[in-house]
Amino acid sequence: MTNLSPRTRVWLGFGLGAVVLFAAAPALLTDFRLSLLAKYLCFAIVAVGIGLAWGRGGLLTLGQGVFFGLGGYAMAMHLKLADAGEGNMPDFMELYGQLDELPAWWAPFANPVFALAATVLLPMLVAFGLGSLVFRRRVRGAYFAILSQALAAAMVILLIGQQGTTGGTNGLTDIEGFFGYDLDDPVNQRMVYFIIAGVLLALLALTRQLMHSRYGELLVAVRDSENRVRFLGYNPANVKLVAYVVAAGMAGLAGALFVPAVGIISPALIGIVPSIEFVIGVAVGGRAALLGPVLGAVAVAWAKTALSERFPGTWTYLQGAMFVLVVAFLPGGLASLWGMVRRRRERQPDATVPADGDRVLVQEVAA
Amino acid sequence: MSETAGGLRIRGLRVVFDGFVAVDGVDLDVEPGDIRFLIGPNGAGKTTLVDAVTGLVKATGSARFGEQELLGRDVHRVARLGVGRTFQTAALFEELTVLQNLDIAAGAGRSPWTMLRRRGTVPDDVAQALETIGLTGRRDVLAGTLAHGQKQWLEIGMLLVQNARLLLLDEPVAGMSHEEREATGELLGKVASDRTVVVIEHDMDFLRRFARTVTVLHAGKVLSEGTVAQVQADPKVQEVYLGHTADAVAQGAEA
Repeated sequence: MTNLSPRTRVWLGFGLGAVVLFAAAPALLTDFRLSLLAKYLCFAIVAVGIGLAWGRGGLLTLGQGVFFGLGGYAMAMHLKLADAGEGNMPDFMELYGQLDELPAWWAPFANPVFALAATVLLPMLVAFGLGSLVFRRRVRGAYFAILSQALAAAMVILLIGQQGTTGGTNGLTDIEGFFGYDLDDPVNQRMVYFIIAGVLLALLALTRQLMHSRYGELLVAVRDSENRVRFLGYNPANVKLVAYVVAAGMAGLAGALFVPAVGIISPALIGIVPSIEFVIGVAVGGRAALLGPVLGAVAVAWAKTALSERFPGTWTYLQGAMFVLVVAFLPGGLASLWGMVRRRRERQPDATVPADGDRVLVQEVAA
Repeated sequence: MSETAGGLRIRGLRVVFDGFVAVDGVDLDVEPGDIRFLIGPNGAGKTTLVDAVTGLVKATGSARFGEQELLGRDVHRVARLGVGRTFQTAALFEELTVLQNLDIAAGAGRSPWTMLRRRGTVPDDVAQALETIGLTGRRDVLAGTLAHGQKQWLEIGMLLVQNARLLLLDEPVAGMSHEEREATGELLGKVASDRTVVVIEHDMDFLRRFARTVTVLHAGKVLSEGTVAQVQADPKVQEVYLGHTADAVAQGAEA
């Protein structure tokens, strides 16, 4: 295992991931469990982005719910309009009866191309605007985290306040179709699962490329010593901005896929608490590794379902305890366990330094 | 103007922190190819002067490098004009390898397309810098695990690949062994042939061996300037050092 070249190991890793997601999981899990897994994989997609922005870039993105929500609402608006049929208003608008016609800002979402593009581009645009302002003013660390949180809170308040056009606290619910496919049909649910799994693998490949590119090295450099980077002639604000915008796009896409998988998007799914939960999954899994965030997000989401089925009410405490334990005793997350075991084993014969610089990253990634 | 083309030319530089004048009207000319040592007691304003020139702190007056005014620009813009600096405590990217550190230093002008790909081969200038600083054999080691002296050399190597024409080094030999100092001094000599070098240093022995010219700062002002012998013979300098920090000279004598 240790004598495989990094390249082979990466292909093996992706192959294994594909087998697990596309063959093993659908064969072994019931339709109900598979649809739960689809939901977890959406969280995993958000986590991949957080891993890049936080793990590699040091940006504690505590407000990814905003981007998840933007993507989710963009998708749900289109699906609601498609469900209602041409020229009709979505059911909840008819129900509240305050509006005579569709609001102007809803109209473009009837176009599937516009809506799909918006699920990714809208979050990226918002992240670009916010990031440009914040990073150039050198807002960092806890201040950046608090600002992200505030944005998540503001978005929830806005959505709840505009009940007539956003569905308020209920959100956008009862989504029946997905581009002409009936979401009640288990076959179509499976298709949605496969799309999500495919997107996750594709984004992992993209993120891996980013992490191993020169940009990825520069991002780590900015994380560890922003001022030094500045003295080398780079503007760190731009370096961070790229990671932040990419992470936002991933969260938006995850939100968009979450809607057909679960059939609902609501303020409770995108506010402060879910935003923090995204980060907890990443921290538990290991934020700087490629797969750490994915495994952490799935594990935490799965534990939440499993434990709240059996011991409702205790989950919140368990989650908090888990977070504290990881931060205190395993700052590299579960992904760093593998590396620790490995290093201990390697130390005995010969404590050699990695022959190739990338090996260090690869070890982390392979973990 | 012609004699300072490519050199550093500072006029009336003034830095004030909340009413405290750290640098008080300094004029300084450093020619290309010179190795200028900047000395002075603690609080003389040496590091502040470098901070001002590199854009880290606000200053009034003028600091020109070649044709370009440096004051009033952002740190990264000053760096792109060919001004590089090191810090008292080595500021490397410790989680990255020696090669990665140098590659980042060499890359401020890279296109987005290049940035998004992996590094294929080691760029020529990086390979050359590795050779110059004597770290070719350790290029894949994490920078954080280097010995103290090697860290400082790596910093200098980063300035070389960054293509800095003006090198501002803040106490490059502090904490180094005798052999490391010698090696650093020789490195400075090699590097200075086609660059302008300014070194802040407390070590008098190192200064005597490697300085070409010396400027003494005291309380934010230039106290004396000239060759090592001229400065050492200057009674004002002797007074400042013997009067306040006698150990600096004494220490140098025995080091």
